[in-house]
Amino acid sequence: MCDTCGCNITASNQHLIKPGGKLHAVKQTTTAVTILQGLLSENDQTARHNRQHFDRHGVLAINLMSSPGSGKTSLLEATLDVISPDLRVAVIEGDLETENDAERIRRKGVTAIQITTGNACHLDAHMIHDALHSLPLEELDIVFIENVGNLVCPASFDLGQHLNVTLLSVTEGDDKPSKYPVMFRAADLVLITKTDLLHVLDDFDVQTAEKNLRNLASQVPLIALSSRQQHGISEWLDWLEHQQDEQLQRLKNGTTRQPTIQQDGQRLHADL
Amino acid sequence: MHELSICQSIMQQLEQIAKDNHADQIDSIYLQIGPLSGVEPELLKQAFPLAAAGSCASQASVHITVPPIRVHCEICGEESPATANRLLCGACGDYHTRVISGDEMLLNSVELTKRSEEMSYV
Repeated sequence: MCDTCGCNITASNQHLIKPGGKLHAVKQTTTAVTILQGLLSENDQTARHNRQHFDRHGVLAINLMSSPGSGKTSLLEATLDVISPDLRVAVIEGDLETENDAERIRRKGVTAIQITTGNACHLDAHMIHDALHSLPLEELDIVFIENVGNLVCPASFDLGQHLNVTLLSVTEGDDKPSKYPVMFRAADLVLITKTDLLHVLDDFDVQTAEKNLRNLASQVPLIALSSRQQHGISEWLDWLEHQQDEQLQRLKNGTTRQPTIQQDGQRLHADL
Repeated sequence: MHELSICQSIMQQLEQIAKDNHADQIDSIYLQIGPLSGVEPELLKQAFPLAAAGSCASQASVHITVPPIRVHCEICGEESPATANRLLCGACGDYHTRVISGDEMLLNSVELTKRSEEMSYV
């Protein structure tokens, strides 16, 4: 059970609620103070720190999110087969338990750090911060962060990445962007995966999935691909190359970027 | 989603605010939580007393405003209401819109009890 959503507040927790005692009687005034801070500002501070680490070493950081089993690790394996070792890559894996995914990456000859979260259903900036201490950032071009398989929670936690990629496999249904608006709005790129299975499915239409995505006011590219059969992989690699070029440009200009949706949110709302 | 960990994060902010304002006690907190924020207001209200137990905010009342979802259209310039999974412009139907309200996750303000200059001891 998730240990952070509050769903596990029970009668046995009540002993934590007890009033403190006051020893002094003081003359008191009540004041209203305007704050206007984001609720996740502590996570966000650590995330900014992580982003600075990445930028200082010229590393492009990409966060992959999806339901469990959508093909994040398979996509990374197919990608590493092409780009490594010409591009120097490392992967931070997030799972509740096991090192399975990190081991799959290591079999490609690429450094992988496995974060096992225990009960936490998403990665947060503190976990990434700790992982960064074990990575030789000065020797890397790209760090992929493979988030915990979960279509809800990871979308809300800035890790310090530059870009979010959300995967949706064809067996999950083309209405998922409508059902999970926060996750799909958070994406800078949406990948429809496992297209090799389309011929056995009668209920997934890529154009419908794209329409549902556009209904979220998302303007990002949508690429349909199959890691197994290498379809659409070159479009994904082109996007990666374009992102690296943009990263190099930003580093020259001394600027950075966050996933698009976070930039919007900050610009409009919080005074961070 | 993570209302308890968000409450813990709010508590860290409140403790700093209380310190900065020389306050003993936080009486009320005012939050803005938009429908697109990924946070559920009722769960947050339930989780807050647990996170605040024994702290300067243990007696604080939690007030949450839920702003409506509104979008601004980059094509026709209009602002219009929208729903979480249909964020198209209400005027021209285009999807090149920007959310201007409805994805907030903000601690707006607090009411707190300050210590005044005079102190009396019991």
